[in-house]
Amino acid sequence: MSAEILARIQFTLTIAFHYLFPPMSIGLGILLVFMEGMYLKTKDPLWHKMTRFWVLVFALTFAVGVATGIPMEFSFGTNWARYARFVGDIFGSALAAEGIFAFFLESGFLAILVFGWNKVSPKMHFFSTCMVSLGSMFSAVWIIVANSWQQTPAGFRIEEGPNGEIARITDFWAMVFNPSTVDRLTHTVVGAFITGAFLMISVSAYYMLNKRHMDFARASLKLGLTFAAIVSIAQIFLGHTSTQNLAVNQPEKFATIEGHYDSEKPLDLTLLGVYDANAKEAKGIKIPGMGGVLLNGDPNAKVKGLDSWPKEDLPPTQPVFQSFRIMVAIGIFLMVVSIYGAWLARKGTLESKPWFLKILIYSVALPHIASFFGWMTAEVGRQPWSVYHLLRTKDSTSTVVTAEQITGSLVMFTCMYALLGYLFIYLLDKRIKAGPDADYHDPEPFPEPMEAKKLRLFGVKVNESEDNS
Amino acid sequence: MIHYPFDLPTAWFILIGVLFTGYAILDGFDLGAGALHLFAKKDHDRRVILNAIGPVWDGNEVWLLTGGGALFAAFPPVYASAFSGFYTAFMLVLMGIIFRAVAIEFRSKEESIKWRGFWDKAFAIASIALSILMGVALGNLVIGVPMTAQGEYAGSFWTLLSHPYPIIVGVTTLAMFMLHGSIYLVLKTEGDLHQQIRGWVKNSMIFYFVSYAILTISTFVFAPQMAARFQSMPFLIILPILNILALANVPREIHHGRDFLAFLSSCFSIVANLTLFGIGMFPNMLPSNPAPQNSLTIMNSASSTASLTIMMTIAIIGVPFVLAYTAAIYWVFRGKVDSTHLHY
Repeated sequence: MSAEILARIQFTLTIAFHYLFPPMSIGLGILLVFMEGMYLKTKDPLWHKMTRFWVLVFALTFAVGVATGIPMEFSFGTNWARYARFVGDIFGSALAAEGIFAFFLESGFLAILVFGWNKVSPKMHFFSTCMVSLGSMFSAVWIIVANSWQQTPAGFRIEEGPNGEIARITDFWAMVFNPSTVDRLTHTVVGAFITGAFLMISVSAYYMLNKRHMDFARASLKLGLTFAAIVSIAQIFLGHTSTQNLAVNQPEKFATIEGHYDSEKPLDLTLLGVYDANAKEAKGIKIPGMGGVLLNGDPNAKVKGLDSWPKEDLPPTQPVFQSFRIMVAIGIFLMVVSIYGAWLARKGTLESKPWFLKILIYSVALPHIASFFGWMTAEVGRQPWSVYHLLRTKDSTSTVVTAEQITGSLVMFTCMYALLGYLFIYLLDKRIKAGPDADYHDPEPFPEPMEAKKLRLFGVKVNESEDNS
Repeated sequence: MIHYPFDLPTAWFILIGVLFTGYAILDGFDLGAGALHLFAKKDHDRRVILNAIGPVWDGNEVWLLTGGGALFAAFPPVYASAFSGFYTAFMLVLMGIIFRAVAIEFRSKEESIKWRGFWDKAFAIASIALSILMGVALGNLVIGVPMTAQGEYAGSFWTLLSHPYPIIVGVTTLAMFMLHGSIYLVLKTEGDLHQQIRGWVKNSMIFYFVSYAILTISTFVFAPQMAARFQSMPFLIILPILNILALANVPREIHHGRDFLAFLSSCFSIVANLTLFGIGMFPNMLPSNPAPQNSLTIMNSASSTASLTIMMTIAIIGVPFVLAYTAAIYWVFRGKVDSTHLHY
């Protein structure tokens, strides 16, 4: 295999493995802020217990996220040196901002989050939780800014360098708010919220099914499902606008996603099917003209098809076409599951539906699969470019690195990640089996008396007016 | 756009130096503690050592990550050529970093002596190898590496190990980190282990003094341009003198039980060494030897003024916060640790 293909395989492996973890941190982070905030407000020890348990799970996802993130940063230099020279001037500020505003914030305050319960006041601890959650989102912001710039470059000029062309920054804010940043950032962060929520849902459903830690499970399920329902509804709209803007910003990618070849024909919506390269159209269950309706309300809308570009400027059709559909299907499924689950949780009848609890337990994998295929749509759909219309992937590799070297490091990464993956599953499993009562001590009592009503906020009998999570 | 009244490439050369120095001071003690790990014979003592670095080691590695990011941002060609050129070396560093993290976590999962012995060795070896590799990298930068006219590295992995000088720097770095780590552990421990570690400080001190003396002599032999820098800027001699004074101060403070001052002295010694290194390198970043005209310098590798200005603004806003809360967090975790298992 060529060095380019090997480098791409390695990048897919490292990014796909890495991206299992940050979404869990981002999603759990925001839930932790909510749980600990509720604890400070209500003084209910159940919130305290929930926060303590999920902090430990959070720390685990974060630690593996850091360990797998280092190879990502290194790989720009090791495998993609020509790309690094080309984008360095642009990515510089985004990476500097991520390092200074996100990394330090997250990793520094995490120590207080995990080890500082008895070292700082409850308010200071809550502040640390907020900072960690904020840090994880800042990280997402700057990475998505950099990635979106690759998709829709803005705020730059091209200069001839000693070693090929270089992109130079001309306008920082145009670079930050390039045409796809906002769509892609919201879509990604909300996807991360769903991922974190479903981790929480899955573990709690497991407890409930096994009749363990019932109070903890009820409260966690209610919070997780309500949150998941809200954000997964939002995600459908965000995904929709993201695709609409894609049609404007990256029409080649859009036409590939839709399997739309003939520019003269109306844009059909293919719900399920395959792209037939010989017939030059998508085959399967279709709604004629629906694509145009979704795009701008016009079933006869003229949409550029794949016939508008030379083949060498287009991504491979089938993987992008299918990846997109898998992502959407999972997104809709998760929305239905979480709305139904939130409704059951509100009624308090989750316990009587073991079949549904089983679905919830296994659903933990689905947001990860959706994220993977979402990124496949975005990144394979960006091909053959590493920076859209400016730098081809084949011109982005390191000239001095051989295929043998990449094979060697690929083997090393595969072994390392197998070890890390095993470690993560082992520790998580152990943490889940130990349960929220392990190593748990009730909090130091607050000086002021607690209100009984708030104490039972997430008990069986709840006051409807105060129970919106 | 803001116009900063100083030379931006120089400022970024210094800032990246500060980030890597911060990394050496912080991760230096936990790498050093790792290198000393096997000298603790009892399981309980090893647990205490891991607890001493438990809350901070991954935060310390963030300095490396940010230093790397800043290098990518401010001097993209240096980042691209160094990382692709020293491919195998960087993969070993990555392997060391990840393996170390895995070893810390895996160790406590089983009670068996064999199991723990294996992960303890893995942890210690990874710590030692990382310390030496980092020194070897610095040593190679001092003597220069073969570069092409296009600014690409023209050697192989073995080129980096084929000269005695980088090896000497590697060993000295290990010694420096071991001294630093042992003083950190003195700060963090109590009782018998504490007394035992005081002995490690003394031995590390001897190890460091000997390797530092050899390094100084070999610098005059193998890196005459460093010595020439002293002739043109004679006041620089103050740095090695201060370094030796700081080092000599370590046993004094330890003897008087002022362990924290000993730790500060050791931090100061690291700062002095890396400052000397930075001044010796300037303005080179990836010096070519032979064919010095192929060197990557701050002039031919810096990002555009616009990019450097934006990053400088970000740094000026962000760095004070980072320093403030890093100090605050270390303050929260000051004092001794015990053997209660801290875990994720």
